[in-house]
Amino acid sequence: MPTDTWVDGVTPEPGVAKPDPILVVDGVTRRFGGLKAVDVEHVEFQRGAITALIGPNGAGKTTFFNLLTGFDKPDAGAWTFDGRTMSGMSAHKVARHGMVRTFQLTKALSRLTVMENMKLGATKQRGESFAKALLPPLWRQQERDIEKRANDLLGRFKLDNKRHDFAGTLSGGQRKLLEMARALMVQPDIVMLDEPMAGVNPALTQSLLGHVKDLRTQGMSVLFVEHDMDVVRDISDWVVVMAEGKIISEGTPDHIGQDRKVIDAYLGAHHDVPTSAEEEEEQLANAQAALDAESAEREQLQS
Amino acid sequence: MNWEFIIGRSLASAFGADAAVFALAAIGLNLHFGYTGLLNFGQVGFMALGAYGISVTVATLGFSLWWGLALGAALSVTLALLLGLPTLRLRADYLAIVTIAASEIVRFVARSVSMREITGGSFGLSDFADEFYAINPFPGGSYGLGLVQYSARGFWVITVGWTLVALLALMTYVLMHSPWGRVLRSIREDEDAARSLGKNVYSYKMQSLVVGGLIGTLAGVMYAISQQSVQPDTYSTPVTFYAYAIIILGGTARVFGPVLGSMIFWALLSFTDTALRQAVAAGYIPTAIMDGTQVGQMRFILLGLGLMLLMIFRPQGILGDRREIALDAH
Repeated sequence: MPTDTWVDGVTPEPGVAKPDPILVVDGVTRRFGGLKAVDVEHVEFQRGAITALIGPNGAGKTTFFNLLTGFDKPDAGAWTFDGRTMSGMSAHKVARHGMVRTFQLTKALSRLTVMENMKLGATKQRGESFAKALLPPLWRQQERDIEKRANDLLGRFKLDNKRHDFAGTLSGGQRKLLEMARALMVQPDIVMLDEPMAGVNPALTQSLLGHVKDLRTQGMSVLFVEHDMDVVRDISDWVVVMAEGKIISEGTPDHIGQDRKVIDAYLGAHHDVPTSAEEEEEQLANAQAALDAESAEREQLQS
Repeated sequence: MNWEFIIGRSLASAFGADAAVFALAAIGLNLHFGYTGLLNFGQVGFMALGAYGISVTVATLGFSLWWGLALGAALSVTLALLLGLPTLRLRADYLAIVTIAASEIVRFVARSVSMREITGGSFGLSDFADEFYAINPFPGGSYGLGLVQYSARGFWVITVGWTLVALLALMTYVLMHSPWGRVLRSIREDEDAARSLGKNVYSYKMQSLVVGGLIGTLAGVMYAISQQSVQPDTYSTPVTFYAYAIIILGGTARVFGPVLGSMIFWALLSFTDTALRQAVAAGYIPTAIMDGTQVGQMRFILLGLGLMLLMIFRPQGILGDRREIALDAH
């Protein structure tokens, strides 16, 4: 259950203002031909919170992620991150400003070792300029510092014994862990996880969940796309629901679970409504009454 | 069959000027293809610019050879930018198509009639490297060890050529063990992952294209110097594919892969050439099967066969790491 108190003061409705938003999105649309894949009027994401982005398949969650992180360009709209306008910024600059994402299909750099994967994540590396790369003394000390930081993270993610293995030899779950750890090497303010639990075995899910919660403890904001409602209920402070490109609902996990619009979006608006216990009793009573009346009538006729 | 002669010629080729030139071209291509994953099918275009850079400067314009080096480098950087600007944001195959076309454009421009005043048209240019041979420190005579002997001029070219190979292999080693090289390799693995970690992928690809192209240009310069002439048709597409064969033979994304690959490539070509010629002359191979004029084609057929066997039994090349190839299957 969410422990934060900020949610108490926020009305659970689409586009509601948050007390301390880190990411504010306005009027973002993205069309693919005739299809409006993303059509978000206004949404805010709270700083230091874990926000889940859910919705049925094809709701536009990943496209929305791609737009925010510079991997795709919107047809219209703007957004600010930490007060800075980020719309139109290319993907690598978005990352440098502290907004780092992971991918639905894990992108471990197979023929780089786990350690190299980690070190790649560090920003402002002197040795990444061609001229300085040729003079190792200029970057060797920094490289050692980066390696130390990478080692700490690998230890936390229990990947330290895999340090010198090619990332391509890791299991699916370990790759998810590596991708998350690597994203942390960038020292982001917000981590955007695209289906972090997809394809991960249940044993590892708990550990991954723990790591996501740790991010919040360390003061980072988390925005993640997820399908598993148990996961969403377990770790998120706030849930944003998308359907057909639009934000259709927002609220705490408990509120979302009871929202008619959300159920409609997932199951279709014309599904059969399940009956409650009282309704069932009432229907039974009505049927019994009708039967009673009928038998009374029959008795009257016979007599 | 004179085996001493055959072995001698093969060894002379392994350490000869052509092997050094192709090692250089392949080092550049290895930076593109092996480390960055750029499919450059026009490495020969960069070589041609180096060759014509010096020959036009000296033979046509009458300036010093060293200015020619600068001209070649400037042309090479320009070509890399022209190729890279429109294609490096697109998928890898676009670069392949554009580079193969560009290298042919370079050749056709050089051999065109309207350029005859400048490039010598299809005849090319010659005798422009006197300044290079003028500073040859080796006095006349023969240099070498045992069976392998070079002329003083040849030995000077070889010395400079292999020195350049050594320097550039060292440069590749340092670069690939630096954070810069790490970014290049990450781009080869997955561009989007590199982008998501704040790396300017476009800029790195461009740097790789320029640096690898410049190394190719240097190869062209050395080739023109060693021949003391340029002919446009020397710089046609097969040269690029020899460079690819060399990289794959030696081991892709290995510092010494191109060097070893080039030595073996030229030794094998020379071996099959002299061995077949002698076998035909001695009557071991009846003329009904092949005659001396067909040796030229036959040696490439045999080399192709050898490469096929290599791909089957050692797909990672001689210096490659089997584990990396296994990872490719994912």
